[in-house]
Amino acid sequence: MQSEVMFAGFGGQGILASGKILAHAAMEAGYEVAWIPSYGPEMRGGTAYCLVVISDRPIGSPVIKNPQHLVAMNRPSLEKFAPMVKPGGVILVNSSLIPIRCGRTDVDELIVPATGIANDLGSVRIANIVALSAFVARSKIVDFELLRRCVNEEFHGKESFIEMNTNAVEQGRKAAA
Amino acid sequence: MAKVLMKGNEAIGEAAIRAGCLNYFAYPITPQSEVAEYLSKRMPDVGGMFLQGESEVAVGYMLFGASACGARVFTTSSSPGISLMSEAISYIAGAQCPAVFVNIIRGGPGLGGILPSQGDYFQATKGGGHGDYRLLVMAPASVQEAVEMVMLAFPLAEKYRNPVMILGDGLIGQMMEPVEFPDHLRTEPTNKDAWATNGMDTRNSKKSNLVKSLYLDPKMLNDHNLHLKSKYDQMKREEIRYEAYNADGDYKILIVSYGTMSRVCRTAIDMMKEDGLEVGMIRPKTLFPFPEKAIYDAAVKESCQKVISIEMSMGQMVEDVDRCVKGRRPVEWYGKCGGDVPTPEEVIGVIRGLL
Amino acid sequence: MAKGKTFQKPEALSTNHTHYCPGCTHGVIHRLVAEVIDELGIRGKTVGIAPVGCAVLAYNYFTCDFQEAAHGRAPAMATGIKRVRPDLIAFTYQGDGDLASIGMSEIIHAANRGEKFTTIFVNNAVYGMTGGQMAPTTMPGQRTTTSPYGRDVTLTGMPIKMCELLAALQTTGYITRQTVIKPKYIVKAKKAIKQAFMYQMENRCFTFVEVVSTCPTNWGMTPLDAIKWTEETLLPYYPLGEYKTPEGGTTDAK
Repeated sequence: MQSEVMFAGFGGQGILASGKILAHAAMEAGYEVAWIPSYGPEMRGGTAYCLVVISDRPIGSPVIKNPQHLVAMNRPSLEKFAPMVKPGGVILVNSSLIPIRCGRTDVDELIVPATGIANDLGSVRIANIVALSAFVARSKIVDFELLRRCVNEEFHGKESFIEMNTNAVEQGRKAAA
Repeated sequence: MAKVLMKGNEAIGEAAIRAGCLNYFAYPITPQSEVAEYLSKRMPDVGGMFLQGESEVAVGYMLFGASACGARVFTTSSSPGISLMSEAISYIAGAQCPAVFVNIIRGGPGLGGILPSQGDYFQATKGGGHGDYRLLVMAPASVQEAVEMVMLAFPLAEKYRNPVMILGDGLIGQMMEPVEFPDHLRTEPTNKDAWATNGMDTRNSKKSNLVKSLYLDPKMLNDHNLHLKSKYDQMKREEIRYEAYNADGDYKILIVSYGTMSRVCRTAIDMMKEDGLEVGMIRPKTLFPFPEKAIYDAAVKESCQKVISIEMSMGQMVEDVDRCVKGRRPVEWYGKCGGDVPTPEEVIGVIRGLL
Repeated sequence: MAKGKTFQKPEALSTNHTHYCPGCTHGVIHRLVAEVIDELGIRGKTVGIAPVGCAVLAYNYFTCDFQEAAHGRAPAMATGIKRVRPDLIAFTYQGDGDLASIGMSEIIHAANRGEKFTTIFVNNAVYGMTGGQMAPTTMPGQRTTTSPYGRDVTLTGMPIKMCELLAALQTTGYITRQTVIKPKYIVKAKKAIKQAFMYQMENRCFTFVEVVSTCPTNWGMTPLDAIKWTEETLLPYYPLGEYKTPEGGTTDAK
């Protein structure tokens, strides 16, 4: 079994970091993983995306035309990538910044005001953690407690962030319920 | 050691340290700059040395000077930077010094683009710099393999007193995968007292050493080149590395592909197998020396109708594949080089078109 | 035992005959470098770097370890040596085409990083080995094989003054210009070369000794006329003296 998750949004929304945390958690769970970023000038304030491939066997092509799931943090990302998602996948829509919906009936659309929740928790910069947590809670792609641990490890040494991110994980989980 | 999740570029930097190389010169260029960023932090921790040179031209010669006085050295760059280093690479090969170059290829020619490509196959395997020299070239297909090849590159460079190149592509550099750093690949630098300009006192000798590539006498230069050739011939005998995939059964088509492109082909082969179509693959891990016999043997298998070289370039490796097959089977080519890596579906379409 | 000292070959010089032309000053400069290496007792840890140019075969004339560089790249190689083996003594020996033309980037950046090696820069205002072409240091109006009507500065700019250029860098260094066309100058030049190596041994700074030299062959002059032309034409444009010394006092050369 192989599944792929595309994270997409503006540069600066923590897109690459969410992907990395998920890849880390999947690796800890014993899966083969690959994390593939978009890189170059487009990283500087434009759209950013990364793809996480999770598999129970060695990963062949790291190039995926149709990912299983999508976490869209802004409108251009949703418009660009939603049509590519495989039927049956989860599409998370950051409704704080995206006024539209994915327009698909064959996927599990998860509406989460991630940026709004993050803002209420004290920083829009943790919107990516809210979204990631909501996505994992819904898709069950990895064990949720493992995700919680990996988020903590990611912010190891930055104690002030840990509490905020712990709250973000919890609020994300609730938002997916 | 436990697996860690690392970006290819960072893993390459760490692999060099684990291999026992504590000297690194580099110049920033996308998509390999993370190596320099990583090692600028990491080298001080391990008592190593990093210097950002003023250009790739200078970096090439910093490597030369350091290697010539006996130090284990390496650098990383991407295509246009390797072009600039090619002058030094020719000198280093001519002067028979060990050094390791990593090329995280981007699209070309000229400024090209920054996305993955395999357009530097010719540059790496046929020269790039001037004169009759060869590089030992290894092409990793995963971050783990990049780590292992980097670690292997140092003893090989020292064994042959010749530059070794790791030919990756933007994806190998930018992708994160779980990696392990094998302890058994750590090696000690060889004793270089016989030739290195490390100071007569260092080696307790009264005889000075000279590192040079200048031979004005035609016979001496010819002899020198014959000696270099004997080393390249030895590489052909002892260093060929490749992987055969789905090549035991009766396949109709044989793919030859390397690096990132070979992973896509592997997935395509698995998908075709589910549909009852058998396709085999030879994946060269060393591009020089090239797995000539393995490709010939796989191509002339009775079931095999055609051979195809699939590469992220406009038909470079296919010339070597064609040479190996010796006219016994038609040799086709498929490739793309703008930066979009072909998908497995695309590869399947191409393979079906051959039948 | 003789009372006076007999003239002897420095240990750091080999017994090979040089290939330099009659009247050329390379031989004198080689000897000064070799004498300094002997006097400082550093032959066993010195690595020289030969350039591309007339001194391309310099490694045949010294008895310490040597590397042969590509055109202009000696400072990058010396950087490589000193970064991985700071205990070694490295010197580059470069001409004006090698250093001030194709190798301009390497010398400026090495100087600016304060690399702890010594450069002997032999400036004779012409490409010697390749047959007398125009160099960056060729004088205005000077005829060479690629400026047959005389150097036209409106097309090729003014001759580059390397000491002045390098001294303008904010990094500390020892930058000096000398010549060896007469005995009085030779004594000073040797002192400067020794000073440069001593600064290097003390790990003080980048050290650079320009030596204004002659090229009777490519100037189309007798050796005596070449000395006269150097004094009358080159030295007024390339003034001798120290352009920069490291702060914090100096270790006087003897």
